[in-house]
Amino acid sequence: MPQSAEKALDHAPLFCEPEYRQMLAEKKLNFECPHPDQVVSDQREFTQTWEYREKNLGRQALVVNPAKACQPLGAVFAAAGFERTISFVHGSQGCVAYYRSHLSRHFKEPSSVVSSSMTEDAAVFGGLKNMVDGLANTYKLYSPKMIAVSTTCMAEVIGDDLHGFIENAKSEGSVPRDFDVPFAHTPAFVGSHVDGYDSMVKGVLENFWKDAARKEATASINIIPGFDGFCVGNNRELKRLLDLMQVTYMFIQDASDQFDTPSDGKFRMYDGGTSINDVKAALNAEWTLSLQYYNTRKTLDYCRDVGQAATSFHYPLGVEATDEFLMVISEISSREIPEAIRLERGRLIDAMADSQAWLYGKKYAIYGDPDFVYAMARFIMETGGEPTHCLATNGTSAWEDEMKELLASSPFGKNAQVWPGKDLWALRSLLFTEPVDLLIGNSYGKYLERDTGTPLVRLMFPIFDRHHHHRFPLMGYQGGLRLLTAILDKIFDNLDRETMHAGVTDYSYDLTR
Amino acid sequence: MSLKYDNDSDFHAKLIADVLSQYPGKAAKRRSKHLSVATSEKDAGEDPNAISECEVKSNIKSVPGVMTIRGCAYAGSKGVVWGPIKDMVHISHGPVGCGQYSWSQRRNYYVGLTGIDTFVTMQFTSDFQEKDIVFGGDKKLEKVIDEIAELFPLSNGISLQSECPIGLIGDDIEAVARKKAKEHTTTVVPVRCEGFRGVSQSLGHHIANDAIRDWVFDKKDLKFEPGPYDVNVIGDYNIGGDAWASRILLEEIGLRVVGNWSGDATLAEVERAPRATLNLIHCYRSMNYISRHMEEKYAIPWMEYNFFGPFQIEASLRNIAKHFGPEIEDRTEKVIAKYRPFVSAVVDKYWPRLSGKRVMLYIGGLRPRHVITAYEDLGMEIVGTGYEFGHGDDYQRTGHYVKEGTLIYDDVTSYELEKFIEGIRPDLVGSGIKEKYPVQKMGIPFRQMHSWDYSGPYHGYDGFSIFARDMDMAINNPVWGLYDAPWKNDRASAGGSSMRT
Repeated sequence: MPQSAEKALDHAPLFCEPEYRQMLAEKKLNFECPHPDQVVSDQREFTQTWEYREKNLGRQALVVNPAKACQPLGAVFAAAGFERTISFVHGSQGCVAYYRSHLSRHFKEPSSVVSSSMTEDAAVFGGLKNMVDGLANTYKLYSPKMIAVSTTCMAEVIGDDLHGFIENAKSEGSVPRDFDVPFAHTPAFVGSHVDGYDSMVKGVLENFWKDAARKEATASINIIPGFDGFCVGNNRELKRLLDLMQVTYMFIQDASDQFDTPSDGKFRMYDGGTSINDVKAALNAEWTLSLQYYNTRKTLDYCRDVGQAATSFHYPLGVEATDEFLMVISEISSREIPEAIRLERGRLIDAMADSQAWLYGKKYAIYGDPDFVYAMARFIMETGGEPTHCLATNGTSAWEDEMKELLASSPFGKNAQVWPGKDLWALRSLLFTEPVDLLIGNSYGKYLERDTGTPLVRLMFPIFDRHHHHRFPLMGYQGGLRLLTAILDKIFDNLDRETMHAGVTDYSYDLTR
Repeated sequence: MSLKYDNDSDFHAKLIADVLSQYPGKAAKRRSKHLSVATSEKDAGEDPNAISECEVKSNIKSVPGVMTIRGCAYAGSKGVVWGPIKDMVHISHGPVGCGQYSWSQRRNYYVGLTGIDTFVTMQFTSDFQEKDIVFGGDKKLEKVIDEIAELFPLSNGISLQSECPIGLIGDDIEAVARKKAKEHTTTVVPVRCEGFRGVSQSLGHHIANDAIRDWVFDKKDLKFEPGPYDVNVIGDYNIGGDAWASRILLEEIGLRVVGNWSGDATLAEVERAPRATLNLIHCYRSMNYISRHMEEKYAIPWMEYNFFGPFQIEASLRNIAKHFGPEIEDRTEKVIAKYRPFVSAVVDKYWPRLSGKRVMLYIGGLRPRHVITAYEDLGMEIVGTGYEFGHGDDYQRTGHYVKEGTLIYDDVTSYELEKFIEGIRPDLVGSGIKEKYPVQKMGIPFRQMHSWDYSGPYHGYDGFSIFARDMDMAINNPVWGLYDAPWKNDRASAGGSSMRT
């Protein structure tokens, strides 16, 4: 018996013990009816071939290990960025359990969302009653300042009309007539979480702006960060930069405090976020800047419709993208970029110069949301690396064109391939047939790391199997340092692992690098 | 080892009254039926084994607009019952989200080559688009199955886990299953576990069990020699290796575990189940349906057991052994005797650190009662417990475990749970990921009791020492003493102090 009271072996060491090894071997032999070992190893090898790749990439219906989630998740994240706002997801309740778990597992934080808990009867008769009762309960129990309503695929398939339902609920006194209940239709069978984010932010803006007249434009700049698993570190870093520039700005949708509440003996269901008054005032801003284009297409169109100037970035990360962001800010605010920021930039460049030899010519596969992949590829090329595979399951052909244009702008993008709409099982084939040195994406990439031996740098949402990464920025020059260090650490750790075999490979197990 | 303690009934009744007073009238009326305080054994009625009576309404619709912790039928079928069957591909049929959020989240441990002959930690989806909603998804599903056959030829079967839209748009997945099973000579199981069905994940378990009955049993000519000591372990999903820590013990007393349901299971293990001598059911809630069916159709008896903590492990082993007669009973006594010193060593080590600590639980459908005595084995007391998706018979069984005065809450809302925890301020809360962080913010130790907080196994003797260690590390962690800034005095009495005097 391997277990003892002095030292409890949990699953990782326990099942390596000989008793368990033997038990599992016998289970397999006697009861599992496995395929013969040879057949399994042949199939394993076959999945690594070009022939398998062609079949795999030729798939038309099956999706395996997609790197995208569904719209309502984006809407729920978006709502978390407004003051005392609770998300109310209209539809079947299981979805909400999933969004809450997903966000909690990434941020290691509470995620408070309610559902209208529709069941079979609502499927037949519609969910009006659930909306009327649900809004009343939410309003009374959780004392929100705003209830942001989005939908699941169920409510969309049966065609529930949110606007009408909310009006009905107000008439029946569920919430006061003047209480803010912005809404967004977010069918799970259209687009992905980035579209859900877009719809919800637009829904909130419309709620406050549609009947308000725009006054004379103010000098404040609206900033919409987009769906971002690193919002905690990123938003705070961006605010620091903007404060250094002495710019007047307003974050529209800021979940950085909501997903980073301190532990001091009290559970705060709400924390931080853009206030309702600020959202109202934001109508008068001359400019709205979005930090992620694909997250805010509809929202920015709406901002332009109300008379604002608007532009977007692709997740400003790395040197040139941050330069560009700061220069746009400088131009529209007529504020100089202060010397302190120039020095910060210089320090990032200094770090990149110090480490250039370790990064030059390295090949990467990058996957994730379209804006992130764009930004990451751009940064990789700045380090002399080659973004060999750029993949976004929720990437469109427009994204593909943009990516190709970016990659064509640098000799390091010469051999890059862009994979819109493909999933991580497709990426597995790509990594076997055209291998790279490093993989950049979210935690789901750990299966690719295992299967193909490609080291994974975790820099996207969600990150479930590492802690606290989201607390550090990826954007700005400070974020650039963090990116650089994360990639270098992976390279060095991997090199150490390969060279540490005593008396065999440890001639390269260098102390100084 | 049953501890003697009672809980404060009056205080708990007042807590219930307080939370209900915050609801709008209609919701308060509905919620009041789900909250109660366990009454004494005298009132427990005719059940001779009950130590208390827990009567609440359960398995009915959640109130809209409150934060229920429940999931849906899809979560019950794909997430719990079918998902862990390792050599089959389970298609999340519908839009991308449900499969994505449930991907690799339940820690159903298995041994196998993922993507080659094993598929548990993968997400297969038909990724419904708008046109599939409009024109129906059956054609696409056929193609999905063909592509699986080509790319994953060593998969031994496919299950179709329906998401909400499938039922709403009226797709005929049964016809697709029949057609494709024939074409590919494989098992294809349609499961009508759309999320809007029923009131929680519970109905998904039932539907999943029915699908096993209708689409797996008696479908193949099995070459399998049954033996006299063959048992199926049913309702163990191998979270963190639970089923392995159980299996090793059952083998030690001389039984042959022919099927593990469904953690680390293959389709073959499920298919052969009707040949076993006895069904041993751990998670009663999720798998009693199929056990009852096997009893009716194949005359296989079934028996509930509980492998959390030595008190229940011993009782369960003896109960199981009784079924097989003196030879197994003898071996069982020897096994129990063998582990006694180990159990004592664990208890001796942790009792001084844990005894008298008060625990509140809120979990799915089995653990709210099954883990109670494991805590009591360490001297800990259960103050409150409840189920996300328990039924009346679960609450009846709970009466065998909880003491008088225990707070009972069914389908508790996060608001109620938070208020109960604030009022009681227990030493430990055991619940899920959605509850973990709010509770920890309050400065109260917490363990996830769905996933074992990434630890485990907790079943069996090997699991008990891990369980004890984990509760100790949660409760006696120095971090809880650091919550109060030393320059703030308003909560000075609540936190620990490291000041030297």
